[in-house]
Amino acid sequence: MTADRESEARLQMVDISKRFGATVALDRVNFEVLPGEVHALVGENGAGKSTLMKILSGAYRSDTGVMFLERETYEPRNPLDARLKGVGMIYQELSLAPHLTVEENILLGMEPTRLGVMQWGEVRKRAVNAINRFQHSEIQPDTPVSDLSVSARQLVEIARSLAVGCQVLVLDEPTSSLSQTDIRQLFEIIQDLKEQGLSIIYISHFLEEVKEVADRLTVLRDGEVVGTREVEAVTPDEIIEMMVGREVDQLYPRSVRTPGDPVLEITHLAGKRRPRDASLVLRKGEVVGISGLIGAGRTELIRTIFGLDPVQSGEVKVGMYSGPASPRQRWNQGVGMLSENRKEEGLAVGLSVMDNVTLSGLEGLGPMGLVMPNKQRQVVARWIDRLDIRCREPGQTIQELSGGNQQKAALARLLHTGVEVLLLDEPTKGIDVASKAKIYQVIDELATGKGNQNGEPKAILMISSYLPELLGVCDRIAVMHRGELSEAKPVSELDEHAIMMAATGQGVL
Amino acid sequence: MATEQTETTVETQGQARGQLLSSAKTWLSWADKLGPFLALLLVYAFFAVLNSRMLTLTAMEIIVQQTVIVGISAIGMTLVIISAGIDLSAGSIIAFGSVVVALLMERLGLGPLPAALGGILAGLLWGVINGLIITRFKVVPFIVTLGTLLVVRGFAKGLANNIPINVHQSWLNNLLATLPPDRKWQLIPPGAWIMILLAIIVAGVLRYTKLGRHVYAIGSNEQTARLCGVAVERVKVIVYALAGAFSGFAGLMMMSYQEQGDPTSAQAMELDVIAAVVIGGGSLAGGIGSILGSLIGAIIMTVIRTGSQLNGWPTWVTQVATGAIIVVAVAVDRLRHRQAA
Repeated sequence: MTADRESEARLQMVDISKRFGATVALDRVNFEVLPGEVHALVGENGAGKSTLMKILSGAYRSDTGVMFLERETYEPRNPLDARLKGVGMIYQELSLAPHLTVEENILLGMEPTRLGVMQWGEVRKRAVNAINRFQHSEIQPDTPVSDLSVSARQLVEIARSLAVGCQVLVLDEPTSSLSQTDIRQLFEIIQDLKEQGLSIIYISHFLEEVKEVADRLTVLRDGEVVGTREVEAVTPDEIIEMMVGREVDQLYPRSVRTPGDPVLEITHLAGKRRPRDASLVLRKGEVVGISGLIGAGRTELIRTIFGLDPVQSGEVKVGMYSGPASPRQRWNQGVGMLSENRKEEGLAVGLSVMDNVTLSGLEGLGPMGLVMPNKQRQVVARWIDRLDIRCREPGQTIQELSGGNQQKAALARLLHTGVEVLLLDEPTKGIDVASKAKIYQVIDELATGKGNQNGEPKAILMISSYLPELLGVCDRIAVMHRGELSEAKPVSELDEHAIMMAATGQGVL
Repeated sequence: MATEQTETTVETQGQARGQLLSSAKTWLSWADKLGPFLALLLVYAFFAVLNSRMLTLTAMEIIVQQTVIVGISAIGMTLVIISAGIDLSAGSIIAFGSVVVALLMERLGLGPLPAALGGILAGLLWGVINGLIITRFKVVPFIVTLGTLLVVRGFAKGLANNIPINVHQSWLNNLLATLPPDRKWQLIPPGAWIMILLAIIVAGVLRYTKLGRHVYAIGSNEQTARLCGVAVERVKVIVYALAGAFSGFAGLMMMSYQEQGDPTSAQAMELDVIAAVVIGGGSLAGGIGSILGSLIGAIIMTVIRTGSQLNGWPTWVTQVATGAIIVVAVAVDRLRHRQAA
């Protein structure tokens, strides 16, 4: 593909390269989108999708290459400028002001005024125009955004871009927090917008969605375009091959494991809303995975086990302790939890690596219960080494580390505290492949007892939305559907299809 | 822009920054620690140039003496602010403490030591009440302590019948008195030594104990602290209790200095105390702050006041200067962190 002036493409990105220090994030990427096309952009985390979109939205500037929008040179200075020029980004984390109404949000930053006075009539007119581009009963111009569901908020965000006449919309993982019904509705709206001639760049991890909604797809791997295909012409397996480009087996080490005594038993556990009914026995020396759709109650299950959410009914038994307990008591019982929400909950990002790693285990770091920073540094250095955490020194602020290294530090906290039961919620969410591989390796070592201080195997309960990972790492997998946990079946009896069927309620495991 | 960066970008940026800025970082972290101290030297030098009397031992003694009340209260306030809280009732508790000490001595005839302990205990109790309301009823600290600011002041006035309670002479009154010539070798009044001792102890607690680490963790990210098994509520109650106790202690110093328990004293002093912590590098967003910094912050404010007085400037100049210092200190701090990030 060259910068062909005769091209019918609405948007062209030509020879885009971007380096960060020594690493090449994008290497001469060519990408184009036609009018009235849904073009999916797929690739693993770290493949360069977000970097490419940040260049498109003006958040980054590319080192080389040019962009054309409607055959004109396009050089956005920042995301707002990009939107005004016709490229609107809709992110997974929405950026609406919850206290303002729908129309105020849509026109935010470009309110029509006369002599400094808001022209409310004009506001209404423009907002309604934008909203009318798609059918949605919930969205009224004067509803406060805080009253809207997540899916409706997303549409408001889309309307915001439509109100300024954007011809290119970028949807970044738009379905990650939506229910099945909402996803259906979003797809219809995307179809509508497409028929109105809009170009849509659709970023998603879910290949089934891509197959369904997109016309063409472009696969990125390690900063390079692997290829652009008509969606009709490729199978999901072919897409995965393009994305991964390597043998999947090598990523997931699995030593021979011998499950021992039960260490965590839950019986008919129910929380406030989720989970509704969960029973499971977790043994020493095994990794049990929990699959399910977002919102099924997987996170709530382990939060309830860990005492972060209240137990409504049912029982949790940890070794010889039974009954509900606070997180503090759980740590003392030898249970540790890794949060899926690294920035908000998992880590205190303003604190150092060593403070984060030792936060739940400050004992034994000095005489008389004192915490001696030097001892702390020394102890944490060992974990940094074992988990290959890339940082300057244990005292470095953790927010300066990459996501993968932050996650390894969060996992190191569980190892440092010496827990026997590890509850891991999406342990590899949003991190690079190298860090993932390290985490899989550590999970395997923990489960076999190799490298543990006492040589005893540990028990791991792990949530993941990524099926190949679950199938690769776990010994048994249970599926959560609408708050109910299925029986955990050995992975040898399972495949992605069976798990998906159970997760969507179309079958039992 | 609210989106998660890809792994590649974060990683590579991190590495690039790491290589380029690692030496600059070390330097910055030193500047971080020395920042308030440099500011103090600057302000002090400024007034010393204007008036050489600033350099006399007497001037220095006065500055330290004038810092003690705000300084002691600021030790507790530092804990509160590191935990991402605020205590607006500090000034009222100082007044309450001074009234209680005076009452215990004059009405109940207690000796100076039990009376002093009583004043500190009274402050501690108010702190416990602050802490319990904040943690049990989940009301934000700003509102709770705004309420107790009035409540405590009211009780102080009620207890004292709205008039200052004079106390007879005892060693308590020498805590903040200017040193007589034969004890000049002590350099600063006993109360100032007490402040320094308390500061060292609390700084040690912050750095070398679980409690201290937990206070930082709660202020940095309460959810993380809870996830990690920190008894968040209990730590918060302890923090507010200590803040109350230190304000009670400051009240004792106030009583000692004024030789009376005055329920209308220390009006709006909580603002000076908070300003001291903030000038000293404390962040109202929590997770950041140091005892040494807060004390330096308190001293900077006294230096400005004393320096202005020595030059015969009107009090409004002092106010303008102090206010400007607060804003400049925080703005410079922000700027520095933005560069670092």
